[in-house]
Amino acid sequence: MKTDKSLSVEQRKEQRVELRLPSKLGFEKIAMQTAASYAAILGLAPDRVEDLKTAVAEACINAIEHGNHGDEKVVVGVILTIDHRRLEVKVLDHGSGITHAVLPPDIDKKMLGEEDPRGMGMFLIEALVDEVEWVSNPPEGSYARLVIYLDREKR
Amino acid sequence: MQSETSVKVEQLKTAAAAQVAVLRFHGDITSTSKAAVLDAYRGLPAGTGRIVLDFSKVDYLNSSGIAILIQLLMEGHKTSQSIHSFGLSAHFQKVFAMVGITKYTHLYPDEPTALASFA
Repeated sequence: MKTDKSLSVEQRKEQRVELRLPSKLGFEKIAMQTAASYAAILGLAPDRVEDLKTAVAEACINAIEHGNHGDEKVVVGVILTIDHRRLEVKVLDHGSGITHAVLPPDIDKKMLGEEDPRGMGMFLIEALVDEVEWVSNPPEGSYARLVIYLDREKR
Repeated sequence: MQSETSVKVEQLKTAAAAQVAVLRFHGDITSTSKAAVLDAYRGLPAGTGRIVLDFSKVDYLNSSGIAILIQLLMEGHKTSQSIHSFGLSAHFQKVFAMVGITKYTHLYPDEPTALASFA
C-alpha cells in the first residue's frame, strides 16, 4: 500500500475501509489491527495508535456483547474513514444503543464489591480518543463514532 | 482468534530473603481468562503475602481482562497481600492509572525493581 504521507494535505482525499465481523469475541482484534495499520500509515504517533487500538477494540466488544448479544450470525460493521485531518471509526451493531451516561469507574467501590468490576469499556473509549458519539437508531441499529485527529493541534 | 491465557507461577526469594510469588501471564487477558488467572492466584500457598504480576508476555489486554485483574486485587486486598506489577507497556500503564488500579498495585518498569521493592 502506498503511504499517504507522500501526498500533500490537499491531495489526501477521503478514503474508506469497511469490515464486517461476526459477533464473536476475539474478532475485535481484526478491527483493532486494521485501524492501527491505517493510523500508522498515516503517521499517527505510536502512543496515539495504541489509544486508538484500545478504543476500537472496546467499541467492537460493546457491539458484540451488548449490541448483538454475541449472536455470531449478526454482523458488527466497522467503517474506517480518513480525510486530511482525522481518522473516524464507526462501529455498528443491531442493538438499541447506549441509553445511560458514561461514568468513570470508581476503583474503591469495585474493590469493595459495590460496583461491577466490568463496565469500563465506554469510559476508556471516551478517555482515549478525541471525539465520541453514541448514536441510537432502533430498529435499524446503533453505532459508536470515534474520531482521532491526525494532528491534535489542528482540531 | 483469541490467544489462550496461561499463567506460570514461580516462588522467588528477594536479595533481602523475602519470599515472593510471581504470576507470569502469557497470551491474551480477556473475558475468557478468568479461570486461568484466578485459579493460578487462588492456588498460591496459604499465607502468601507478596505477589508480583508479570505482564511482559501479554499480547492483548482489554477491559474484561482488567476486570479479572481487579477481582484478583480485590481478593488480595482483603487478605492484606502486597501485589506489585511489571512488564506493562506505557499505554497499559496509562490505562491502569486511568481506571484507578494503580491505587492497589504498584507498577514497576522491570522484575528486579518490582522484587527489590519488597525489601
